This record gives sequence, structure tokens and C-alpha cells, in this order.
Amino acid sequence: MISSAIFGIENNGLLGITALLTGAALVFLALWIAKMISPRSFNPQKGEAYECGIPTRGESMSQFKVGYYLFAILFLMFDVETVFLFPWAVRMRELGVAGLLSIAVFFGILVLGLVYAWRKGALEWK
Amino acid sequence: MQDLSFITTWLDNSLRSFMPGWLTVTVECLLIGVGLLLVYALLALFYIYYERKLCAAFQCRLGPNRVGPWGLLQSFADMFKMLIKEIIHLNHIDRFLFGLAPYLVIIASMLAFAVLPWGNGLQIINFNIGIFFLIAVSSIGVLGILLAGWSSNNKFTLIGSLRSGAQMVSYELSIGLSVITMVCLAGTMSVEGIVAEQQDLWFIFKGHIPALIAFVIYMIAGTAETNRGPFDLPEAESELTAGYHTEYSGMHFGFFYLAEYLNLFIVSGVAALLFFGGWMPLHIPGWDAFNHIMDYIPSVIWFLGKAFVLSFVIIWFKWTFPRLRIDQLLSLEWKYLLPINLVNLVLMVLIITLNWHF
Repeated sequence: MISSAIFGIENNGLLGITALLTGAALVFLALWIAKMISPRSFNPQKGEAYECGIPTRGESMSQFKVGYYLFAILFLMFDVETVFLFPWAVRMRELGVAGLLSIAVFFGILVLGLVYAWRKGALEWK
Repeated sequence: MQDLSFITTWLDNSLRSFMPGWLTVTVECLLIGVGLLLVYALLALFYIYYERKLCAAFQCRLGPNRVGPWGLLQSFADMFKMLIKEIIHLNHIDRFLFGLAPYLVIIASMLAFAVLPWGNGLQIINFNIGIFFLIAVSSIGVLGILLAGWSSNNKFTLIGSLRSGAQMVSYELSIGLSVITMVCLAGTMSVEGIVAEQQDLWFIFKGHIPALIAFVIYMIAGTAETNRGPFDLPEAESELTAGYHTEYSGMHFGFFYLAEYLNLFIVSGVAALLFFGGWMPLHIPGWDAFNHIMDYIPSVIWFLGKAFVLSFVIIWFKWTFPRLRIDQLLSLEWKYLLPINLVNLVLMVLIITLNWHF
């Protein structure tokens, strides 16, 4: 027999918050213990950036390659579209042919988007 | 398959006999929290040992064998070493975000951890959109990594975190699409429902060709998602020292280390859930005696066994394949896995509508 609901708690939000707080507690407690038992020593050079032994030149929170941004935008587009596929996937059998046809149109647009990005050269890493 | 919920039900009843309702729920939530914490820490320690032993075996070495029998206590020793290391406060960082990043990484993996089907009656968070929730929370981890790299104010960490972000974000797409493929077959998103659907046969056999393709894609994308194996360019030591966690020291670094191993477990646990039936024993329709024998093996062992075997495959990747370049990595995802995945989804729909699955 398959059973559900641990301790008979039906409220999933409560369980989710429990897991979230557990994660936060793990980090907090471990950091606290580490702070209690770890040694301390002071040295001005300890606070410097790890690089190659000489002080860092320039700012590190600087501009970076735009290629990363492009892939993030592409991801956003596709991810939002795949999120719309989920509800259909659950009810696929019930929705039948009508659902299949309407999702085919949606799917076609998704594929067209990929083809467009590909033809535009957005998928090349330059 | 034995129903393990009798333990929690018995505990629930005996607590309720002398406590008011709200206090019982609080105590039970605390118990769940402590249980999660223990399992999380122990699994992370086990995985560190597992990986080191396997790596040693692949390289014809013995691996850790000095601390405790067969080196079993090595990862405990490592953890204590990490705890007594000084946490260095750097003077050029964004202090708030620097502190926030490990929280995000750990919380993301803890939430995903709680959704996994641990055993019959041991499922903790049981949403009707379980698998969707899992994908959603595991993507919070990317945010933690990006913040860690950005707030460290170091060129290595910035490049490492951006690579990691591009990689994890891209491969999340493949994970999502292969999950959709399996959700089509299951007809439900709840983790419990997906497990129940595989009562007669696991999905990898039920969905045959499309399920197999989805499984291969999932394993590749999952390896990339955990920043491991051939996809470990965010932490490519030879070019970026340690990637996004270069500036973290002591236990602060330990959290990223912990989360990396736990994510490995989560990825293999989800693969076990979607393709190998979660905690469901191996059942073959018609073989009643065989099914009956399989039911005697506890469900927790089934789940952990499947997850460990799948993790073995991912660790195997890591110690076998050379590292990819970033352009190869992105073209693998966007030009190969994504189109194959889209075609595979259509194939799965075709097979379901024509009723060609088992």
C-alpha cells in the first residue's frame, strides 16, 4: 500500500518552511561553531584578493563578456515557454486531439524561436 | 512493499495522547528538521568518501585508508578540519551578499532534498506539483553561485561564476524538457503519483525509446547542472584556481563543497524517481513470485541503492572524460541536446497517443 503525508501533516507549506529553516539553521549553526572553535590571527595581507601575490589592479566588479547575457536571455525565453508545457503534459491524455493541436502551434513557435536564434548566430560563442 | 509510515503514525499518536495539537505539529516539524539535517550531513560525508574511493579505484590507487577501518572516518576528519579553519574576512568584498550566498546554495539543495521519495510513507514534502517544485527550488542554487562570484570582487570568481551561471542555466532547459517528457508519460507531477504510476513497471521500460533518450539527456544535463565531470569549467583549477568559491575559506567554503555533493545525490535521486521508480521495487507484470520477493527489500534501500548506482555513473564521467571548452559546452546544449530533446518530446507524445508504450 502506498501511503502519504508524513506524521499526517497535510500542510505542505509548513513542511516546506521546515525544510527551508533547516537549511538556514545548518548554515547558521555550522558557521557559529566554526567561529567558536577556529583560531584567529590578524594580518593585513589576509584581507587582500587571492590573485598572484601582488595587489589587484582595477575593479573586479566590472563589465564582462556580453555572450553570457545573450545566453541568459535565450534561457529566459525557452524556460518560460517550457513552463507552459507542464500543465499540458499533466493533462495530455484528457485533453486529447484539441489539446494536441493547440500545443503543436505553441511548440512550432518555440521551435521557430530556436531556429531564428540559430540562424542569427546567437548560439555561437564568439 | 512495507509501509514505513507506521513509525510516524505511531509517533504521531503517542505524541497526541499527552500534547495539544499545535504542540504536536511543532514537535513533529522539529523532528523532521533534525532528521533532514542528520541525513543531509551523513549523506554528504558518505558521498565525499564514495567519490574519493571511486576516484582512487579509477586511478589504480587505494584511496583513503588510514583514518578508521577502510578509511571510513576520513570524511569526518575532513569535516572537523574544515570546522577549525579560520573564516577569513576579506576587506574588498560585498559583505552582505558574500554571507548570503552559502545560505542560498544550502537552502536550495535542502528544499530539493525534502521533496525526494525516500521510501514508502517517508516522503516529506508532498506537493501535487512535486517535480515542478523540485526544478524551481534547484534553480535557486544558481543564484547563490552567481552571488558568491560577484560579491567576492575577484576576477577568478567573477569568471567562474559567470561560466557556472551560463552552464547551469542552459542545462536546466534540458533537465526541464526531459522531465516534461516523463511527466507526459506519468500524467501527474506529484512525486508520490509518479512513483505510484511505476508500480507495474519502471518508466525506463514503460516508455522504452523516448524514455531512454530522455534518461541519457537527463544524465548529461544533470552532470552539467552539478558543475562536475567534464563540465567543471566553473572550477577549472588550471585557469581559475577554484572558480566561484576562491575567496571562501574554512566552513564557508565547506558549504559549497557540501552542496555540490548533495546536488549530485539530488540529481541521481531525481533520475531514480523519473526513470527507475523512486523507491518502487522492480516489478515485472506477470511475474508474481518475483514481484513478491522484490517487495521484501525495504523501500529506503531501493531508493538509496538506485541513487548510489546513478551517482556512480556521474562520478565515472568525471574521472573518465577530459574537460570541455565553454563554446563546446554551450553548443552541446543548444545545438544538440535541445533539438534532440524537442524531437524526443514529440516522439513521446506520439507513442502515448498511439498507445505504443507498455
